[in-house]
Amino acid sequence: MCAMRPGTGHEQGAGSPGWKAVLTPEEIRRALSRIAHEILERTHGGEGVVLLGIPTRGVPLARRLAVRIGEFEGTTPPCGSLDVTMHRDDLRLRPARALQRTEVPPDGVDGKTVVLVDDVLFSGRTIRAALDALNDLGRPRAVQLAVLVDRGHRELPIRADYVGKNLPTSHREVVRVHLEETDGEDSVLLGERDL
Amino acid sequence: MSRHLISAGDLSRDEAVLILDTSAELASAAGRPIRKLPTLRGLTVVNLFFEDSTRTRTSFEAAAKRLSADVINFSARGSSVAKGESLKDTALTLEAMGADAVVVRHGASGAAHRLAEWVTGSVINAGDGTHEHPTQALLDAFTIRQRLTVPGGASAAEPGQVLDQRGAGLDGVRVTIVGDVLHSRVARSNVLLLSTLGAEVTVVAPPTLMPYAVDTWPCKVSYDFDAELPKSDVVMMLRVQQERMSAAYFPSVREYRRRYGLDAGRMALLPGHAIVMHPGPMNRGVEIAAEVADSPRSTIVAQVSNGVIVRMAVLYLLLGGAAATA
Repeated sequence: MCAMRPGTGHEQGAGSPGWKAVLTPEEIRRALSRIAHEILERTHGGEGVVLLGIPTRGVPLARRLAVRIGEFEGTTPPCGSLDVTMHRDDLRLRPARALQRTEVPPDGVDGKTVVLVDDVLFSGRTIRAALDALNDLGRPRAVQLAVLVDRGHRELPIRADYVGKNLPTSHREVVRVHLEETDGEDSVLLGERDL
Repeated sequence: MSRHLISAGDLSRDEAVLILDTSAELASAAGRPIRKLPTLRGLTVVNLFFEDSTRTRTSFEAAAKRLSADVINFSARGSSVAKGESLKDTALTLEAMGADAVVVRHGASGAAHRLAEWVTGSVINAGDGTHEHPTQALLDAFTIRQRLTVPGGASAAEPGQVLDQRGAGLDGVRVTIVGDVLHSRVARSNVLLLSTLGAEVTVVAPPTLMPYAVDTWPCKVSYDFDAELPKSDVVMMLRVQQERMSAAYFPSVREYRRRYGLDAGRMALLPGHAIVMHPGPMNRGVEIAAEVADSPRSTIVAQVSNGVIVRMAVLYLLLGGAAATA
């Protein structure tokens, strides 16, 4: 449910004025390739890795990383999605929202190295919810975090293991990630809130 | 969604589909080792049952507990209601105990609606007299969507097959509801909800058990069960409610069974993909024959397990968001 988080609204198109592109499609592709290499390096060839994307945009990113790892190493790691809505700490602050899909690979997560994948890392609350949700699915050997953009302003002691781009932002700014699969184009945009 | 769930007719198509989609996601969580979700932790759900019920009450109780809510069960028998306390005073007592949601079943039509005026929490109608039973209709709609993936009904889902039905309604699905429509809150809620979702509903009953002004309902009316069978994707049998019948509505159980009961012979007239539903509890040998109830077409057991899931979705959507504290 990253689309609902403050600071990552996705209402407008990329061409709208006032938005600055901070990552081009080419840069997104390179960032994901680098993250895929880093995952392979840190996990000694991707042994026992399971990629779980956090809906909405973490899911296509996880799939792309899985494909990339498959190209580099020959074996594609299992890939799924993890909905964190029911574990969020801000549920009571907004109207109830629709649930997203949770799909766990058939072999489960027990004893695996789970890499959570999301588009933007901001307060860290989504990741806290994801850790709780993951706890209900099983007991992974280790949990790591990969994000396309880290925009800072953490409210919890959470840190990403793999970062596509560190993007220093102010609270007033909004980061939008658009992906081919969900929005028809790849881009990361930075703008001001209430434009 | 509104704060209460009183009538299936209050739901828009989008709201109904949202409940079904939420249920579908919760259904996948039901197969996991840890089925409990922390979502409603700290909230209190009161089951206020003035009529006997096992399946609905336990279903709501299981649903609330799987979402980590605290559940207080309150049945009229052995309570101060037996001493003559009014519905309003009972409601205010529960209110003072801090109920965030009241699940109410009452013998009087409209009881849930009245209760909603008196309490600040959400009110969920679990059956009021012969009026409505919206969560039963929702679980029936969910079961139909789960089983009949192609509207109009070419193929039923293979067991274990995962199909993305998100956002889908029940457009073009032909549902025949048979039996005691007059006394059935299940029938009324189903007609309203299924037609909202795009299904073509036909009610079949003896003329004495057809409600007044049924022609204003969003459904077709028929008195000939056999003629409707080959045109049905879903047959929903209703219980003959002997406890609500103060007069004789049909000459004998035998005659009722012969004209409106579903036996193996009638089941053979159904299209190959059609399913048979019953809200329970069944009168085996009256409205439904034992071999039909136990056949693979019957969804009666699935309806019970789907009941918990759909009620979880309703509780989550009513209580999980900001409206609960507003």
